[in-house]
Amino acid sequence: MILRPDLTLLAGMIPDGSRVLDLGCGSGALLAHLIANKTCRGAGVEIDPDAVLAAISLGVPVVELDLDTELDHFADHSYDVVVLSRTIQTLKRPREVLQQMARIGDQLIVSVPNFGLLRNRLRLMRGRMPMSRDLPHRWYDTPNLRFTTLVDLEELFASVELRIEQRIVLAPTGLPSRTGQAWPNLFGAAAVYVLRA
Amino acid sequence: MGVSVPPPGSVGQVELQMASLFTEAEPLVLANGEKLGPVEVAFETYGSLNERRDNAVFILHALTGDAHAAGYHAGDARPGWWDNLIGPGKPLDTDRFFVICANLLGGCQGTTGPSSINPATGTPFGLGFPQLTVADLVEVHRGLLRHLGISRLLAALGGSLGGMQALQWGLSYPEEVANGVVVAASSRLTAQNIAFSAVARRAIMTDPNFLGGDYVSQETNPDVGLAIARMMAHITYLSEDALTEKFGREPHPDSREPGFGIDFAVESYLDHQGQVFLGRFDALSYLYLSRVMDYFDPFSTPTSAALVTQAPVKWLVMSFDTDWRFGTEHSRRIVRRLELAEQPVTFREIQSPWGHDSFLLEVPSYHATLRAFLDRALVEVSQ
Repeated sequence: MILRPDLTLLAGMIPDGSRVLDLGCGSGALLAHLIANKTCRGAGVEIDPDAVLAAISLGVPVVELDLDTELDHFADHSYDVVVLSRTIQTLKRPREVLQQMARIGDQLIVSVPNFGLLRNRLRLMRGRMPMSRDLPHRWYDTPNLRFTTLVDLEELFASVELRIEQRIVLAPTGLPSRTGQAWPNLFGAAAVYVLRA
Repeated sequence: MGVSVPPPGSVGQVELQMASLFTEAEPLVLANGEKLGPVEVAFETYGSLNERRDNAVFILHALTGDAHAAGYHAGDARPGWWDNLIGPGKPLDTDRFFVICANLLGGCQGTTGPSSINPATGTPFGLGFPQLTVADLVEVHRGLLRHLGISRLLAALGGSLGGMQALQWGLSYPEEVANGVVVAASSRLTAQNIAFSAVARRAIMTDPNFLGGDYVSQETNPDVGLAIARMMAHITYLSEDALTEKFGREPHPDSREPGFGIDFAVESYLDHQGQVFLGRFDALSYLYLSRVMDYFDPFSTPTSAALVTQAPVKWLVMSFDTDWRFGTEHSRRIVRRLELAEQPVTFREIQSPWGHDSFLLEVPSYHATLRAFLDRALVEVSQ
């Protein structure tokens, strides 16, 4: 199975043999890859019933629960790595979820679309809500509840005492962006963060 | 009237089979050290075992179930108790899976239980039958598996007390169980659960015909007590909404004015459930098997899950949102304990209005989950 480019990048950041909890795992593609190719173990968390069935069909263990309210289910430090991939913008309580992640895992990996991308700013200046490969939905049918720039996001990380160990800025193609590394908030379409409490 | 042409998706006509396991010389040694042998086991199978002998799924029944899970006995109009799950094209597709279901130890539907004749004395065991544990029930199922020449199950699957057996089997003998499916079960009964069982047992034991458990040899039966036990338990199997939807406050058709008979439709229903139960269930089995559930506590010690940590089983745990007998919190506890034991666990809370009984019903998202999980199990075993 071919993994999406951003997931391939994410998979590369996870050490072999880790216990991984993937919050908002969708159909479980990342975990299926990690289990098959990197001797990882772990589980996904998902609330969409069709995605849960898809993950089961891929052989990925999946726990059906609500990230905003039910992460108490997981024990302290029960996972090596907790992943939140393109999900933080859909949460009602992102701050609490980040705190829960820090409680459950040692290393956190968070990937986020960047609302502050130059192209988004230009579109907003023309009076239109940003839409792009990373923000593909119209304003009235988007699952995204939160729109953040990387600068704002990093303030949130700091406020819950999460330290940024690594940041990889992605171009609109989903691949690491060189200009994005220099001016992330302007040229990064998305970013992947490795965080630690 | 029997079913001459089975409906589509049915396994058709089936027969109860018997196996004699263990002997007086090589008895079953129970968890408490007592011995039983021989143990007669009633079972049924559906589908066929493949050449690699790796497509067997063991169905574990609940407190009052039996070995007849699917298909029709000759002359019967009603199929087995889990016929909606088992058959060609169904989630437990008998064209691909070999399905085994056995009456459990301590039962009364063919397998040795407290009302069976004790071969040593020629009289029924009665209250002299040893106390059992879920682990003992599993040992007998393992005996049957050896008898059938199968060394490893594709899956052990059960609801309620059946789920407890699936859990125990996987924890104790992880190398024998590739996948464990635990539905609407509990790893430790609450005080409320035990309280309900206590009232049921008291109803049975204070029935004047109970005779200290000797009713079989005295050719009588504690009908009143057993029916009351069943009526009360049945209330706990359904949600309040399910009872409201079925009966509301409808009066019983024969009811004319308020009295102390059967005034409401729900009373008639419970009375019927109690009476039907008398024809198929034994009071001593009720005592013994309800006690088995009371004491079940498979994660009681820090090393309880050590074996399965060494050889992980893939688990599917499911609960139903309106089940108040073994509600979602019971299943979540199982999931948390399995996660601590580093098991791959899938968990879903299924929405269904029918309460605990939902595990026996064809709830679409429930069956879709079983289908996806079992299909994947078959893929993984052939990889």
